[in-house]
Amino acid sequence: MKIFNFHLMPYRHADLDSIDRNGTAWVTYSNANYDPKLGAELYHEYLDQLEQADALGFDGVAVNEHHQTAYGIMPTPGVLAGALSRRIKHGYLAVLGRALPLTNNPLTIAEEFAILDNLMRGKFIAGFVRGIGAEYHSIPVSPAESAERFVEAHDLIIKAWTQPGPFAFDGKHYKFNYVNTWPRPYSEPHPRVFCPSSGSISTIRWVVKHRYTYAQTLAPIANVAKIFDLYREEADRAGWQAGPENLAWSNAIYVGETDEKALRDVKPHLEAYANRFLKTNPAFMSPPGYTTVESLKKQRAVRGVRPAFQTAEEMIERGLVIVGSANTVREKLAAYQDLAGFGYSLTKTQWGTMPHSMVTENQHAIAKEVLPYFRDRMPQPHPKIAAE
Amino acid sequence: MEPTHTKAAEPSFDTITIGSHRAPVLRAGSGPTALLLHGEEGFDALRPVIARLAATHSVIAPIHPGFGGDPAPDWLDRVSDVAMYYLDFLDALDLREVHLAGASMGGWIAAELATRSPDRLASLALIAPAGIHLPEAAGIDPFLMVETLALRAMYHSPEAADAAAARLTPESEDIRLQERVTIARLGWSPRLHDPALRKWLHRIDIPTLLLWGENDRLFPPAHAQAWAALLPKARVQMIAACGHLPHVEHTEAVAAALATHMEAAR
Repeated sequence: MKIFNFHLMPYRHADLDSIDRNGTAWVTYSNANYDPKLGAELYHEYLDQLEQADALGFDGVAVNEHHQTAYGIMPTPGVLAGALSRRIKHGYLAVLGRALPLTNNPLTIAEEFAILDNLMRGKFIAGFVRGIGAEYHSIPVSPAESAERFVEAHDLIIKAWTQPGPFAFDGKHYKFNYVNTWPRPYSEPHPRVFCPSSGSISTIRWVVKHRYTYAQTLAPIANVAKIFDLYREEADRAGWQAGPENLAWSNAIYVGETDEKALRDVKPHLEAYANRFLKTNPAFMSPPGYTTVESLKKQRAVRGVRPAFQTAEEMIERGLVIVGSANTVREKLAAYQDLAGFGYSLTKTQWGTMPHSMVTENQHAIAKEVLPYFRDRMPQPHPKIAAE
Repeated sequence: MEPTHTKAAEPSFDTITIGSHRAPVLRAGSGPTALLLHGEEGFDALRPVIARLAATHSVIAPIHPGFGGDPAPDWLDRVSDVAMYYLDFLDALDLREVHLAGASMGGWIAAELATRSPDRLASLALIAPAGIHLPEAAGIDPFLMVETLALRAMYHSPEAADAAAARLTPESEDIRLQERVTIARLGWSPRLHDPALRKWLHRIDIPTLLLWGENDRLFPPAHAQAWAALLPKARVQMIAACGHLPHVEHTEAVAAALATHMEAAR
C-alpha cells in the first residue's frame, strides 16, 4: 500500500458558532470571517506539515481544490503544489483534483499540471474532479452541464498532452482554434490520473473505461468496499482485471498512546470537521443535474436516516476514519485494506480544528508505527472472498 | 384562493409531433386561440386558469420539452431554443392571431417568441415573467433553498403554500426532480434571464398585459415596471396579497384579467 498525506487545509481558526449561525461554511459564509494574519500563518503551517510528511517517508503528499469556503482554503491548488514541488524530495505530489467543469478554459489545467509534472520529473499525480455541489452556486456553471463538461474538458486535456499541437478542438462547451500547450508533460504519455468521487455508478464506469485510479471520498468502509467491488466488476465486464493500484481510499488517521486517549484528543476536531465545516443542506450539495435523477430518487428513499450530528465515536465505528493506539490503527488499516482491496491510502493527518502540534505528533507516530508495516503490503484475501 | 378541480370536465392530452419531439398538448374550449405556456413550477399550476379560460377561448396548453417527467432533449440548451421550438409549434398547427400567455419561465419563453415573430400574435400576457435581470431588485435564490422552503416562498399566503405542499405526491416529486434539471440547464447561468432579451423587447408591438403579485419574492414588483418600460404597448396589473404564482394563488382574478385582455385585443 502507498500512503499519501492528504491535506484539505481547512481555515481552522473559523469561529464554529458563526458557521452554525450562518448554517454552513459554504457559499454564504462570509470571507469577512477570514483573518489574513492568521491565514498567512496557516498556509505556512500546512505546507510545513506536508513537507514534513515527505521527510518522514510518506509515499506522497496531496492537495485539493475547493472554492469560497472555510472547509478548505485551496481554491487554486496549483499555487500550493508549486510551492511544494521544490521541497518534496522523496514521494509523489498529487493534486486531487482540479474541478474540470468549473473552468471555462480547461487548458489552464493542462498547463498547470504539465508544469507540475515537469517540476516533479514525473512524480506527479493529476486529479480530475467534478467539483462539489456547493461550488456550482459559487461559480456560475450549470450543474445540469457538469457531467458533460467534465468529460469534454478531460478529453481536451488528454488530447493536449498526447497529440502534437497545434490542433483545433471543437466541443460543445469548449472550442479552440489552436491547442498547443507548452510545456508538454514530463510523464509518457501523460501524468498518472486519479479521479476522486463520492461513488456514483456513472462516474465509476467512466473511470474504469480509462483505467484511471478511482479515489473514494469520505465514506464508511463497508460502503467503500461495495463501491470498489463495483469498480472491479465493471473492469471484469470490460475484460481486464482491476488491481489495488486502481483503488484509493480517502481517510483520516490519528495514532495516540491508547484508544481512549486518541479518541479524547481527536473528538472535538473530528466533530468540528464533520458537523461544522462540512455542514450544508441538500440544496447546496445536490443542485439540480449535479447528481443523476436516479441517484436522487435512491437518496430520497433514505432521506432522514443520516443523523443530524455525527459523533467521533460513530465515525470511528463505521470506519470513516481510523483513530486509536498504534496497534489498533495497524489492525484496522490492514482489515480495511483486505476488505476493500485498495492500493492507496489518501490519509488526512489534520482535520477540522486540529492544531499544529497534534498534527506533527500524529505524523511522526504514523511514520514510525504505521508506514513501515504497510510499505509493500497488498490486500489479503478476506473471509468473504476466501469462502467463495 | 384555492382552485377547485373539476374532475368530470378534465380535458385530455393530445400528442403533437414537432420535429423529433412528441409534445403533450392539452386543448380545451372554443373561441379565439389562446396558447398558454406554463412556468418552471410545472404544468399543473396552470390547470385552474386553463379550465376557466376555456369558457371563452380555444386554449392550447403544451408541456414544454424537458418537463412532465421526460428528460430534456439534446437540442435544448437555452430558453431561446424553446422559443424557436414554439415557432415550429405555431407552424405545425397553423396558428395565427394567437393570444399568447406565459407564467414565469413560460413568460420568458413567450417574450422570446414574441420578439422573433410578433406578427403571429394578437396579444401577449406575461405573468411575473423571468427573462430580464434587475440587479437593484434581485429576489430570493430558490436554488439555495431546500425544496420545501423554496415551494413556500413562491406564495404569499401560508394557506396557499400549505395547499401547494399538500398537492405533492411521490409521482409529482419524481417529475419535479427531472424538471429541476431542465430548469438548471435553461436558467442556472445567467440566472433565469438572458441579457440579450431586453435589447429586443421593443419589437413586441402588440397589446401586452403584465400581471404581477405585489408580494412576489422571486421577481419583486419593480420588475413589472422595468418590463413595462421596455415593452411598447404594455399595461401592468398588480395583484394584491399575492406571491410569484398569481395563477395559482388568485386563479379567478388572473383568468378574468386574461380573458378581458384577450377580448380587448381582438
